[in-house]
This record gives sequence, structure tokens and C-alpha cells, in this order.
Amino acid sequence: MKLLRMKPGHGEIVLAEGDVAVPEQELELIEAFRRELDAGMWAAVPTAAPGGRREAELVKSFAEVPRDAERVIFFPRAAGGAPAAQL
Amino acid sequence: MGLALGTAAVVLVVLLWELARPTLKRTLARIRLLWWAHRRASPPAGYDPGRERRAEQRARSLLRSCVNEHDWAMYRDLGFLRVWGGLGDHGRGEDASYAYLIYPHKPLVAYVSESGELLNEYCVAFPDQSKPYGSSRLPDSDDVLAKWMALTADERRLVGEANMHLPGRQVDPDRVRRDLARLECWEQERLRQLAGPRRDSVPAA
Repeated sequence: MKLLRMKPGHGEIVLAEGDVAVPEQELELIEAFRRELDAGMWAAVPTAAPGGRREAELVKSFAEVPRDAERVIFFPRAAGGAPAAQL
Repeated sequence: MGLALGTAAVVLVVLLWELARPTLKRTLARIRLLWWAHRRASPPAGYDPGRERRAEQRARSLLRSCVNEHDWAMYRDLGFLRVWGGLGDHGRGEDASYAYLIYPHKPLVAYVSESGELLNEYCVAFPDQSKPYGSSRLPDSDDVLAKWMALTADERRLVGEANMHLPGRQVDPDRVRRDLARLECWEQERLRQLAGPRRDSVPAA
């Protein structure tokens, strides 16, 4: 499993990589996962449904990440863009 | 004598100051304006066009690896992505009653799938406050991917975070209509290509 993070001026960077079946590596993945969530990031797991449909799943803890997921992508949390129009 | 000279000197200095003060104030204001204009015009500190281009290439690869081939081709050829809405009666998919267009660093535009009528703009951004290279702005394709992931994963939450406006606040409605027409042509052409070469275009033996 790879933990990736989108970064301005760079594209994605690999935060951590490991096999969830290996306890030490899983621990590293969990720590990196928590760090990103604590920094206010959103985490998404891209998924492929039967029939070729692609979607993503937002996860709030490492336990929610499917064990067979190849990657988790972190990105800054959404914020409303332009302020609401003055009435 | 000394006192009189001293007093005259003080009066002279005050008079000169009063005369020069308006000019001095104007000059200072002009310098301040020029400095701000210069600051606004210059790119953010540490801006490197080559690095930004490489970042965009990485972002495009990531986007390509996440969406399906049809959506990737749509983004590559047209510059935007369409995502079917999932909150209507028909659920997400081609039967959905509405859809969104995702443009890089522009609001999501919702429209009725059947008529093309524009519904709303959802203004949303993903600013990285750590500003690693002086900017909080993700590469274009990362911005599109972030919107795509958030929309397909939790449309209600993303729409809830966004500022909603009537169509036309930031994205020109004529442009969106043109893009919808382009999308329709593009999909028809693609269907034709996928169906294989037309019989009448096969050269006679």
C-alpha cells in the first residue's frame, strides 16, 4: 500500500509505502496516515467497480481503508471558494 | 543676538517643513503604490515554471490512473471532466438526472443532463495551507482529481462545503453550453470510433 499526498508545485509525493500484512510496516502506514489527518487532510481511496466504473471512497481512519487498497491519496480539505454574493 | 538667530533658524526650518510636507507625502504615497504594484505583478517567491510543468505532468499521470479510460480521454481532449450526480432519483450513472462539469481551479457547474439547463455553480477549492513552494494552489489536474474524488465519494459533503451561486458568477454560461455541445459531439465521435470503421469507408477490393 502506498500513501500519497498531493502537493502544490510538485504533484503527488509518496509519504509511506508498506505491506499491511507486515505489522511493523502497517504501524508506519498508520502513523503516516494519522499525521496527514491531523494536518487537516482528506484521505481518499480510488476504487474500481465491476463494469469499469471508477469512484473514490473518503476514509476517516486507517481501519476504514480496504486491506487490499493499493493506495490512499491525501489532499487538502475542501473549502468554499469565492465568498457568497452580497444580498 | 544668538537667541534671535536661533529663533529665526527654527522658524525657517518649520516653514520649509510646512512647504515641503505635501510634496513629501505625495512622493511617499507614489512609492508605496509602485511597490505594491510591483509585488502584485511579480510571481510568488520561488515560482519555477519548469517545476510547475513537471508537477502538472505528475498530476496528470495520477488522474489518469484513477479515472476510467473514457473520462481520461474526455479530460485530455476537452479539458474538463463530467461526473454524474448521485443524489437524484436515478442514482449515479448515465441515467442520472443531473451532472457536474469539473474544470481546473473553477467552480463545479451542475446542469440537467437531458436539457443541458444550467443549475448552479459550486465554488470549492483545496488550498494547501503549508504552501510548500509559496503557493497553496494544487496543480490543475490534482485540483480536478480532488474534486472528482470528493464528488464520487461524498457528493453531499462536498456540495455542503462549497459556496453555491447561480450560473454565470465565475464560469461563463455560454462557455459551459459550448462545452456541453463539444462533449456531445466528442461522445458521438467516440462511439463511432469504438463501433469500428464504417462499411462505406472500406475501400473496394
